[in-house]
Amino acid sequence: MPEPILELISISKSYPGVRALRDVSLAVAPGEVVGLIGENGAGKSTLMNILGGVTAPSLGVIRIRGQQKDNLTVSEAIRCGIAFVHQELNLFDNLDVAANVFFGREQLSFGPFRLVDTAAMVARTKPLLERLGADFEPDTPVAALSLAQRQLVEIAKALSLGAEIVIMDEPTSSLTLTETNRLLEIVAELKAAGVSVIFITHRLNEIERCADRVVALRDGAVVGTLQRAEIEHDRMIRLMIGRELKSLYTPPQAGVGEDILVSKDIRTTTYPDCAVNFSLRRGEIVGLAGLVGSGRSELARTIFGIDRPLGGSVTVEGRQLDIHSPRDAIARGVYLIPEDRKRSGLILEDDITDNISLPNLRKFAVAYLVDRSREEEAARQQSGRLNIRAASVSSVVGTLSGGNQQKVVLAKWLAMSPNVMLFDEPTRGIDVGAKSEIYGLIRALADAGVAVLMISSDMEEVIGVSDRILVMHEGRISGELERDQFSEHQVMLLAVGKSTNSELPC
Amino acid sequence: MLRKDLGLLVLILVVGAVVALINPRFLSPINLANTANLIGLFGIFSLGEGLVIITGGIDLSIGSVFALLGVIFVDLLVTYELPWPLAVLIILVAGPVVGLINGFLITRMRLQPFVVTLCGLLLYRGIARYYTNDGTAGFAFGQSFPTLEWLTTGRTYGVPHTFIAFVLIALAMGVLLHRSVFGRYLFAVGRNEEAARYSGIQTGRVVAAAYVMCGALAGLSSIFLTMYTRSISPASHGNFYELYGIAAAVLGGCSLRGGEGSIVGIVLGTILLQILQNLVNLLGIPSSLNFAVMGGVILIGVLADQQLNAYRERKIAARASAAPKPGVDTS
Repeated sequence: MPEPILELISISKSYPGVRALRDVSLAVAPGEVVGLIGENGAGKSTLMNILGGVTAPSLGVIRIRGQQKDNLTVSEAIRCGIAFVHQELNLFDNLDVAANVFFGREQLSFGPFRLVDTAAMVARTKPLLERLGADFEPDTPVAALSLAQRQLVEIAKALSLGAEIVIMDEPTSSLTLTETNRLLEIVAELKAAGVSVIFITHRLNEIERCADRVVALRDGAVVGTLQRAEIEHDRMIRLMIGRELKSLYTPPQAGVGEDILVSKDIRTTTYPDCAVNFSLRRGEIVGLAGLVGSGRSELARTIFGIDRPLGGSVTVEGRQLDIHSPRDAIARGVYLIPEDRKRSGLILEDDITDNISLPNLRKFAVAYLVDRSREEEAARQQSGRLNIRAASVSSVVGTLSGGNQQKVVLAKWLAMSPNVMLFDEPTRGIDVGAKSEIYGLIRALADAGVAVLMISSDMEEVIGVSDRILVMHEGRISGELERDQFSEHQVMLLAVGKSTNSELPC
Repeated sequence: MLRKDLGLLVLILVVGAVVALINPRFLSPINLANTANLIGLFGIFSLGEGLVIITGGIDLSIGSVFALLGVIFVDLLVTYELPWPLAVLIILVAGPVVGLINGFLITRMRLQPFVVTLCGLLLYRGIARYYTNDGTAGFAFGQSFPTLEWLTTGRTYGVPHTFIAFVLIALAMGVLLHRSVFGRYLFAVGRNEEAARYSGIQTGRVVAAAYVMCGALAGLSSIFLTMYTRSISPASHGNFYELYGIAAAVLGGCSLRGGEGSIVGIVLGTILLQILQNLVNLLGIPSSLNFAVMGGVILIGVLADQQLNAYRERKIAARASAAPKPGVDTS
């Protein structure tokens, strides 16, 4: 192996009560593509934040081109040629491409007046975009770009910094198959130009295609390295989870009952031309898979009454559901656990009791005045049932962990009587232990006769929890899979719009 | 009572004690009754302003509403010679209607509260001035309404009726805001409108209701104010009064971001403001400095509150990091 451009030696990082990284060593050679894999919470982000100078390691040494860097700051990291392409894009919608690429390093002119030289920035951005094969111009506003195009802007930004080490954190999570292919070509081009790439992804087939070497993290430690010839899907999974992929699946106890919620030709404002038909049955968990932006959340929000439908109808237990506001859905026992619990699910400054009683406050009121003791009684009951870990029901929700916050959102609805539960990314940002508790709760709901729709971008979750999977692609349901047809490959094909035999018409 | 309210109460007592020491007339029955009267006059609409601020909004139009409803009230009595109960009723209906218009524009037309009520401020005052040809509206010579005057400007056992009305309204509002379903909705909407909507609360109606109540209290206040001044120059009547309301609410712990505040706080805020006004008179400070004193005290109060909070949070954080719990749940 040639002289490494980057060396991390025995890096450890502890937070109060947690060891996020233990003795991690990693070396990257010039022009090498290293795939970094690991489950959520394995320490990938922490490691990359240390590399980018965002957080300092508790122990260990960072060497760049053989030089030891003791206090690596963000600007120091950039100077050393390390560039980040984030999973969540950090672009300014209201600026054009060139302004984003040069943000914070604007080209100036007119000497002391320090005016921004737009023309120069556009001129310098153009070759970068050409190199990436971008189909847009430097003066295109970012607001007009697709997610994939925005990803290219991020990469152009990295290139403009003269980066020699590019870290890509889940760069393909929102890309279509064609766009992903293009990105992998770009990785190969970067490699050919001598740029090192650290590629973090959950999509193992992409790693198979582009990585020279794979490093797997588990529980904050390096658990294995695979050389080019050894990179295989199964071996990577074994390294990541430390065991064979075990099914999360628990079959329904009571068996699947009749249709409760039937959507007929529902059209959402995001995809006005696509009429969506599907039905949810008592006792069944239906997974709704698809890429980000495929219209899944919009569908759930429309049924729940947050967004207005453009057409179509929904029936619940055979009767038409008025869709004007969430009140209509709630009155019929159709509840939504929203995607962003901090923004839409909870009032973070309020305590557990206030949050749980909010949707059903009138029930706790006598003569329109709220009876605090009855409220707290109900909150304690739900807290115990869902095993919410907090000092008391008077704890402010904002101080709870992600898993417990999600349980509070769930408790809001379980205190009432659900018919249909719509979950939107129910375990996003939740640790492994709480995840399995949530899965248990979802299954218990289904067994109690509730129809469940679970939107999820986590493949393991969709395949492991659902009884049936619906896949959406660009606003329509591109396919439906029964339990025996489940595979990551099938779901992916449908999600990117490739037809299979079970395709439904739009 | 929250710690914040307690702090405000202490401040009021300290300021009151200092003023009383320098000028004992502060505690004379006449001065106390006068101050109580002003507290009542300014407090009633401050409660409404506070409600609106808790939703995260603001109402800048209150002062102009006083001018417009005031000249209409006088006109109904003087020109149209309506019986006074009917005139009062019309004004008491007109107030909530103004609030309803604000609420409609803000929740249905999705305009910003600041813009809507700023336009109200300009519009209503302009209309009031046009209505009277920029002249002064007043009662005719010798015209008197003994019952109405007793109700609005009278006293019982030396306590001004404005103050009694204020206390009663504050009690009712306290129950409404801190005990009722509506109050909980109001705070929920102010803290996180989206989460409230996802919980099935009709957030638009809750917000609009706050503006309607604010308008209703402004309507009632305009009757009290008209009977207090007895003549109205629409160019100046009620000028800046909305700012008294905002100042009282902010002093009382309402956050302009919404979701925070209490009736006790607004009441105490109103009292402090009026004591400051009184202090300017009693201590012989030039009355031109009136606003400057108010501005200075509010600024210092808000600053001190901010610093105390930051200090408290640092102390809590220090205590938490000194004793880390093993096995903390992280993801």
